Amino acid sequence: MKNNNIILYAAILIFGVLAPFVLPAFKVQLSILCILIVLALTWNIQGGEMGYNTFGNILFYGLGMYLCASVQVGMFFPLAEWTESGGEKTFVHTPSQFFQGMAYGLIIAAIVPTIVAGLIGYAILGLRGHYFAICTLGLGVAAGEISGGIEIIGAGQGFTTPPFPEVGDLEARGEFFYFLSFLVLVLTFIAVKSIYSTRFKLILNAIRDNEDKAEAMGIQTMKYKIIGWMISAFFCGLAGGIMGGLVGYIDSTDVAFDGREMGVFMVLMAILGGKGTLWGPVIGATIFHIFKEGFWTFFLGWQYVALGVLIVVIVIYFPEGIMGWLREKYPEKFGEVVDEADRKAQVELK
Amino acid sequence: MDLLIFQVPILMVQASLDGILLGILFALIAYGMALQWGVMNIINIAQGDLVILGGYITYFMYLSGIHPALGVIVAPAIMYFVGVGLYKLVINKVVDRDLFISILATFGISILFMQLMNFAFGADVVLANSEFETTMLFNNSVTLPNSKIFAAIISIIFAIGLVVYMKKSKLGRAIRATAQNARAAKILGVDTEKVYAATFGINAALCGVAGALVAITFTIHPYMGLPYTIRSFMIVIIAGLGNLPGVAISGMGLGVFEEFADYILGTEFRIGSVFMLLVLILVYRRFKLSKKREYLK
Repeated sequence: MKNNNIILYAAILIFGVLAPFVLPAFKVQLSILCILIVLALTWNIQGGEMGYNTFGNILFYGLGMYLCASVQVGMFFPLAEWTESGGEKTFVHTPSQFFQGMAYGLIIAAIVPTIVAGLIGYAILGLRGHYFAICTLGLGVAAGEISGGIEIIGAGQGFTTPPFPEVGDLEARGEFFYFLSFLVLVLTFIAVKSIYSTRFKLILNAIRDNEDKAEAMGIQTMKYKIIGWMISAFFCGLAGGIMGGLVGYIDSTDVAFDGREMGVFMVLMAILGGKGTLWGPVIGATIFHIFKEGFWTFFLGWQYVALGVLIVVIVIYFPEGIMGWLREKYPEKFGEVVDEADRKAQVELK
Repeated sequence: MDLLIFQVPILMVQASLDGILLGILFALIAYGMALQWGVMNIINIAQGDLVILGGYITYFMYLSGIHPALGVIVAPAIMYFVGVGLYKLVINKVVDRDLFISILATFGISILFMQLMNFAFGADVVLANSEFETTMLFNNSVTLPNSKIFAAIISIIFAIGLVVYMKKSKLGRAIRATAQNARAAKILGVDTEKVYAATFGINAALCGVAGALVAITFTIHPYMGLPYTIRSFMIVIIAGLGNLPGVAISGMGLGVFEEFADYILGTEFRIGSVFMLLVLILVYRRFKLSKKREYLK
């Protein structure tokens, strides 16, 4: 079993590294897939393991996106004039400026959302159940509306991120962003996997199953809830920063704080794959992305209608997701002890 | 930041009156939400989209030459059946489930409605012009469109009518019994399935009335639904479930807050400030309760 796992990870890693050369036409799609998996994995820390269904992780994603781009521009040029000029660039980043800005931008994009998550988390993680869900929904929309009114980051007309400098061949931009997002994906996966093998995960599960009892057992639930959210925010911020550079254009409600798309996607992907499992979000995100890209073109403008129907169908008919379904079908594979006679008796009872 | 409102005090009167009339309308929507939240234990994110749909029904009456004020009768009649249909298709499958499932499912419905309305009616901001006069007060320094007064009166009539209906009629009694204890009601012969369908229908009908009034007094747009949902959620959590005078008062309070935020922060932050207020209220209540070692649930 252990050997199998190592082979599986090695295969995925090798595929990940070779992917842009094997499938050069899908580089951008693969980068987006990496970002989506990161978002689903981090949402799962709250929604799946901790039982706090948040619509607010989009806040850190959008924040990271704006911060990364702002730092990248603001380090070398006046930010206000940059956004003023819109699409027509009066300033051009040299390659070293671009990469330096991107590096610092990503650091800021990871750290600031983490701090914000700590502060906001202290205030709102005391809410439970649907109050928490609606509160985070409100936060996400409020962030979009407010950032849409701030002049220096482009207000309603949007913010163009620095274009990729002319280094290497035409493929350089795609490869750069692909490897960056793949790196973040690997880091996120390692972080999440190592969290899930410690006591921390058990505490999160205890909070999900019965928070009052967990508190009675002497666990400082608030502390762990906040730490969990900060971890999510760290990777969401990174993902947002990369996505900003990849898309090349930031708009407050359509790209950054897009509760209608990205904010729902991350919930949907985790639920589709099976929340509360390590591989569920990965599988869910992959299937969702393939479905979305494969069929979106057929719907041609009807994609939001399809999305709405998809949400309703998934939520009503597959609330346990693919991993949950597999678990019910093959419990032995998940380490559950199955008594054959007992199982047969159950089947007959039906 | 614009401090004009403090330099010209008469604007405060204007903002307060506008806010109160607007708030009565919000309270009507919130009343519908409180009703189905209390009875079915479902938070309907698509509430605002039902409002907008009611508004479009009125808008089409206006386009076909019928006076839009009649929309307050036609829209709820149509919306009742939309609500019942929605219940039969989706909501009945989420009634007894986890609350998050219902939130997510209605969120899906909300996205669906938003986009269908966008296709059917176009993405323009429209309004149904009722050609009501405008009342001038205080030497013409405060203007009060009669359409807003009309909206407030109609809202109050519908709210009172519904309260009486809930108290007196057989269905109303069945709804109240189901809200208290669904299982006991079932044992005593109440068809809870029918009661739930009727509750959701009544909620949708209230949204239809509110939508008709929104179309007459303000503007409607396919994507404007979510703020109405958040407003009604906010009003319900401030007032508490089943506290009708509280719903009316907190509705008016929210209306006044919004008008003042509009003057002071600027129109672009109006919706944002509503959402921030929701967060602040929840945080305030969380800290207040945590002193007593309790939490919002």
